[in-house]
Amino acid sequence: MDGLAVWPVIIPLGASALTLLLRRWPAVQRSVMEVAVAAMLIAAALLLARTSGGDAIVMKFGGWERPFAVTFVADVLSAALCTAASVVALAVAIFTRADVRRRRRRAGFDPLFLGMLAAVNGAFLTGDLFNLYVWFELMLVTALGLVTIDRRRAQIDGAIRYAAMSMMGATFMLLGIGLLYGETGTLDLMHLSTTLAGRVPSVTLSVAAYLLLAGLVLKAGLFPLFFWLPASYHTAPISVAAALAGLLTKVAFYACLRVFVLVFGVGTGTAVVSGLPPLFALLAAATMLVSVLAAIAQVDVRRLLAFHVVGQVAYLMMGLALASQQGTAAAVFYTVHTMLVQTGLFLGAGAIARAAGGYDLRVLGGLIREHPRFSVLFAILALSISGVPPLSGFWAKALVIDAAFRHGTSGAGWLVAVALITGFLTLYSMSVLWTQAFWRPRTREGHRARAIPTAMVAAVALLAACTLGLGLAIEPAVRLSRVAAMQLGSGAVPNGVPSVGRARAPR
Amino acid sequence: MSVLYAFVAAGLFGCGLYMVLSRHIVRMVLGLSLLTTAVNLALFQAGRIRTAQPPLIVEGAERLGESADPVPQALVLTAIVIGFALTVILAALTLRAWRSDGTLRSDELRSAQDLGDPLAPGPDVDH
Repeated sequence: MDGLAVWPVIIPLGASALTLLLRRWPAVQRSVMEVAVAAMLIAAALLLARTSGGDAIVMKFGGWERPFAVTFVADVLSAALCTAASVVALAVAIFTRADVRRRRRRAGFDPLFLGMLAAVNGAFLTGDLFNLYVWFELMLVTALGLVTIDRRRAQIDGAIRYAAMSMMGATFMLLGIGLLYGETGTLDLMHLSTTLAGRVPSVTLSVAAYLLLAGLVLKAGLFPLFFWLPASYHTAPISVAAALAGLLTKVAFYACLRVFVLVFGVGTGTAVVSGLPPLFALLAAATMLVSVLAAIAQVDVRRLLAFHVVGQVAYLMMGLALASQQGTAAAVFYTVHTMLVQTGLFLGAGAIARAAGGYDLRVLGGLIREHPRFSVLFAILALSISGVPPLSGFWAKALVIDAAFRHGTSGAGWLVAVALITGFLTLYSMSVLWTQAFWRPRTREGHRARAIPTAMVAAVALLAACTLGLGLAIEPAVRLSRVAAMQLGSGAVPNGVPSVGRARAPR
Repeated sequence: MSVLYAFVAAGLFGCGLYMVLSRHIVRMVLGLSLLTTAVNLALFQAGRIRTAQPPLIVEGAERLGESADPVPQALVLTAIVIGFALTVILAALTLRAWRSDGTLRSDELRSAQDLGDPLAPGPDVDH
């Protein structure tokens, strides 16, 4: 049953091809997409159930042995993130029933969306560094197609900025991968980890690590390379923006975890490249402050939320910067939480725009009168991202800060201070958003809010229930994230990698 | 030979970076394509440049003899295809921008920036 590890990729990839053939029948296309997303969720959940005990599933392609085969490795981290991504995909799929009409489906929404999901899951599951790069590029191509699906001027403009910056990031990543291969002769992540464990630091390894960092920081949207994100996400259709906000930057952070914790040994006592954790801390702190201040200045709900996407990735980076197993575990939990909540907020923004006719905070108001239940749902998500108990956002922040106090390096105090200030400012920004959209009196007399389609409310409700459920079931969630961090740090995988080098020419 | 090769890759990379910094989008696209080419050269070098002998391990031997490592060559093939695809998409977007906006200067393409710009005057509301 090792084949289970590929199903979360095979299902959306196959369905993507199928929906491409069914382009003339948008209704059939939509049904295929919905069935595929549901099946993907089941496969991911099964995978999580299988791996949650601490055993990883390794799938070797082509019948080769490791480290020669390209592998798919499903450990707790991969399985949990696949499951979270599938829940996000399900919510977006439900939302698109009301948001993505025939014209967008004819333009290829379903194949692109499913292709992106396949790429996301592929990136989570692959055990090979170059393979990871390929999934990143597939993710970029499909995301560009989704952003420009209406072919509006703003979308083309946003997509050019997004594509150009992402190509730069990919270039740095690829150069880093090439240097790493030239130095070690392997691309298998586990084998890289064992090969590098006893190495003396070298210039090549440092350059490779910093190149990979530059590429991944760009793709994860961290300071100073995040400006493409708020310049493009708000132009996309809102369901697409929600999917991108929930998935893409988190995949890049997941790659950071794999590359820096597993391969370069940050926080596992076998670090081969020095100076990384302080740099991570600087990146995280700068990103937090810049993004939250920029978010407060925004008047367009989508742009405001896009800056919060950036701000939340910074908390993940803070967990990694602590260079300890507890910090990594906190980052893992935070990743799952933020995937669910970011998507929920963007979908909520879509529902607000449907009810009020626009995204401009200066015009919004009074929605609580017509939509009292929806305003509660949106408040749950807004409070969760601000870190209010008992929602998952509170635990996520608490875990990161707790890890910083107990297990962080001695200089982690200022990082905690920045994180707390940012948390406070996030709460402020979210309160402004909620009160201006829902609570304050209507800005235009005689302008009644329109009804919100059931599909939109259901999608937002699903994610609000997830963040509440994750906050209440904190014990098992934290236990799982600890197992994930332990596996990631120790590289404990059954049928481990034999210690043979890849056949190669002598120097 | 290797040193010369490395300098060529580095030179291409430098030219690519310089062109990417341009405000003209076509120059930026060409710069990105130069960058991917330079990286492909570097990736190719990771497998070492050796004889044309096929990469087969002789029976009984543990290691590859005099031939180059074939894996980077396979990686370069993949990377070329991906880089080509992305360059084409970027070029298509550029063409689209030229047709709709009539400009290719990135500081004059402002439609994404203008959408929901917080500094733009707000709509009229009666409070």
